[in-house]
Amino acid sequence: MSRREGGGHRRPEGSGFEASAWFFMRVSGVVLLGLAVFHLFWMHFVIGVENIDFNAVAGRWEGRWGPLWRLYDLALLVFALAHGVNGFRYVLEDYVQRPGRRLALKSIAYILSFLLISAGAYIIFTFDSGGV
Amino acid sequence: MIQPTNLGPRSWLSYRGGSGYLLWALHRVTGLGLLLFLALHIVDIFLLSFGPAAFEHLLVLYTSPPGRLMEIFLLFGVLFHAVNGLRIIVQDLFTKSWERRRHDRLIVVQLVVFLLIFLPAAWIMFGSFLESLS
Repeated sequence: MSRREGGGHRRPEGSGFEASAWFFMRVSGVVLLGLAVFHLFWMHFVIGVENIDFNAVAGRWEGRWGPLWRLYDLALLVFALAHGVNGFRYVLEDYVQRPGRRLALKSIAYILSFLLISAGAYIIFTFDSGGV
Repeated sequence: MIQPTNLGPRSWLSYRGGSGYLLWALHRVTGLGLLLFLALHIVDIFLLSFGPAAFEHLLVLYTSPPGRLMEIFLLFGVLFHAVNGLRIIVQDLFTKSWERRRHDRLIVVQLVVFLLIFLPAAWIMFGSFLESLS
């Protein structure tokens, strides 16, 4: 793939998987620019890491705006993981030359991200503090 | 243009290309770091399903002094990756900007924006680190 100075790739030709992946990285990048940066700002500067505990999460996910926060966190989870795994795939394409090893590493990455996205979605949908 | 490499580990450390090479390398390193943190973060949130004790047990990782220092690295990674990624998107839309002089000027803008946000925020986080020591 055609790499550029300072990161990023030239848009791949055609309308195949690589062209879609290229486009997805730009779109999800802009989405994450909002979602992830606001999440970091909110959790680290408004609330503060030292103030986060089980009750803080319960207050967020079970409060008045709970459903919206769960939706927000689900979007962040899906976009961040998909963006990250595709970026990891680019690194593998660049550095792992042997086809067998490349396929094996990609498979491990996909399986791990499937497990992570399932675990994350599971807790976002099922979290119940039991009324603390 | 930097070509895909097959030159072995030594070439990964040598400086190739122009002003964009360091940014390219940092984009990769921060990206991989963020992916690693994301995995850890999903695991710690998943621990919520085992109740308060299990969840809060792991949170010590983040409120301890080393955790507070890592927080600054996290901020660096997120901000750098965000600002650099935004520049890449802008340059994809305006292809003229790949011309060397414009490219270098954009990089200066990017670094100023990054530092204007990073330095005060990191200063606040460094304060939390000092507090966590006492």
